[in-house]
Amino acid sequence: MIYGYLCEFPSASALYHAAEKVRDAGFRRWDVHTPFPIHGMNEAMGLKRSILPWFVFFGGATGTLTAFGMQYFTQVALYPTIVQAKPTNIFTVPAFFPVMFELTILFAAFASLFGCLALMGLPRLNHPLFTSKNFKKFSDDGFLMSVERRDEKFDREKTRAFLEEIGASNIELIEDAGSA
Amino acid sequence: MANGSTTADGVTPTPMEREPLVLNKRSYNWITERICGVVEGPQPLLWWVLFLPSVALMGLLLFGLVYLIVTGVGVWGNNHPVGWGWAITNFVFWIGIGHAGTLISAILFLTRQRWRTSINRASEAMTLFAVMCAGIFPGVHVGRFWMVWFLAPVPNANGIWQNFKSALLWDVFAVSTYFTVSVIFWYLGLVPDLATLRDRAKGVIRKFLYGVFALGWRGSNRHWNHYEMAYLLLAALSTPLVLSVHSVVSFDFATSTVPGWHTTIFPPYFVAGAIFGGFAMVLTLMIPARRIYNLYDLITPKHIDNMAKIICFTGSIVGYAYLMELFIAWYGGNKYEMAAFANRAYAGYYPWAYWCMMFCNVVAPQVFWFKWCRYNIVVVMCVCMCVNIGMWFERFVIIVTSIAQDWLPGAWDVYKASWVEKITFAGTFGLFLGLFLLFIRFLPVIAMSEVKGVLPQSDPHYKEPDTDGAKSNA
Repeated sequence: MIYGYLCEFPSASALYHAAEKVRDAGFRRWDVHTPFPIHGMNEAMGLKRSILPWFVFFGGATGTLTAFGMQYFTQVALYPTIVQAKPTNIFTVPAFFPVMFELTILFAAFASLFGCLALMGLPRLNHPLFTSKNFKKFSDDGFLMSVERRDEKFDREKTRAFLEEIGASNIELIEDAGSA
Repeated sequence: MANGSTTADGVTPTPMEREPLVLNKRSYNWITERICGVVEGPQPLLWWVLFLPSVALMGLLLFGLVYLIVTGVGVWGNNHPVGWGWAITNFVFWIGIGHAGTLISAILFLTRQRWRTSINRASEAMTLFAVMCAGIFPGVHVGRFWMVWFLAPVPNANGIWQNFKSALLWDVFAVSTYFTVSVIFWYLGLVPDLATLRDRAKGVIRKFLYGVFALGWRGSNRHWNHYEMAYLLLAALSTPLVLSVHSVVSFDFATSTVPGWHTTIFPPYFVAGAIFGGFAMVLTLMIPARRIYNLYDLITPKHIDNMAKIICFTGSIVGYAYLMELFIAWYGGNKYEMAAFANRAYAGYYPWAYWCMMFCNVVAPQVFWFKWCRYNIVVVMCVCMCVNIGMWFERFVIIVTSIAQDWLPGAWDVYKASWVEKITFAGTFGLFLGLFLLFIRFLPVIAMSEVKGVLPQSDPHYKEPDTDGAKSNA
């Protein structure tokens, strides 16, 4: 089974302009692999803004409510303890703000980590692209592009010719051993 | 951007050259080789010369803690008025040092200070290790260590819950949240660099471990899209967090009624002091590391200059806070408050500590107004050492002088640290330095993917200069 093509471009700028062409040609299942995020590449690839902020917002809100619930329930409802003559009732709530703030941040931070991993589909330790020796360049100084066979526009001959035309080198057909 | 724009008079100003963030026009591959080389090659002799004593000090720390726990808190010098001696001084000292890392990685990220990329990784690591050192002290100073779970929100045998109105409990939440969020931020930043190490790894164990921790990172732009958003959000979350942590630490003091502690200036003053002390510690570690591993092109004199300016600025805020405390003690007309400050400055048991603090924190960093001093490594190191010492004395002055002589003269007593406290504190330096050396040994000390991203050729609209000589010295 074929996974798709992997090819290489000489620089960040070349990859950026190539990505615009691939986007305009109407490909959908393709990606670029770079050592660092290239500024403006999301637009060049036609990607939408990440929806991660929603995860983080609800994570943070959960934290606030958890902290409020935990403190109000234990301090006011369950076992009111009067310390330093401070009352325990609804007016005690300002004293709960620091912990509410901290748990908001904590839960939101967890939401951004796990939300980000979920959106990225990581951890995924095995991937057809890892079979390519050339692929290792992405983490050093390579500007790579992959086009998947699953893309509707994928055609073994035509896609190769298209990639050559937009300036790709080292075009390589990647096998997908796992899903055969 | 103003570059190349023309004013109304038809004048086109020459754009000012920015100082490059990476010197000598280094390539991506040079950055990878140089930084991975630190992890992959054998360590220099100096690494071992520093690491072995650090391990010995860690042993001392372990001994000090075990001796304390099996014997009781009486082995420390704490006495009746001074229940919070070196233990809490050390706690606040270390937690303060832990502030620079997140400041550099979060606040400088939000303010788009691109020079942060060369130093953020190491300072975040330093943050984590400093917070670990800090966390030891409140844990053991409670005396009965097996009761340390009382800090967690779990009811005791009588069904009584922790007092959530107490600043001490807020502190538990603040510090543990800070540590957790710092770990998340640091690890997320590490993932692309771990992938670099994975792709270069030779041995089976290295391949496996870097492979697992890199999570199968493929540098995909569909991933970078989410990743950059996560990084931005974490920076935005960490910024108020880092400001809150030392504020909450200062509440431990400010919400009490002890003269010298009961002041509203404490939260901003503590935060400025934490940034001040943290940057000094970053420089204390990075200047030698830069020399040992030949990172001169990545950590440039400009970086040191910028950090020295921050030290000068925050040091001046700290100096202002010291003077304002004195002024308010007089202006407030409270005789106990006045006595507390008279005790600090001349009448009490420890005026030498106060003047040591004043010199190290207020006077010493003022030399950074001069460019020559900011660019002279010896001067920078000397000032940073002063700040490291001064910030410890600041906490000692605040904590010990205030409670050694509070309301009732009959209850006054001199506090002196015992040898157990001294070896425990020395041991935390071993833990801190040892962990930092292990970090250098196994993880990329500079965030490669971020540094690569700020090179001029990383801009998608970058044009190769036409001159032939530009690439020959790469």
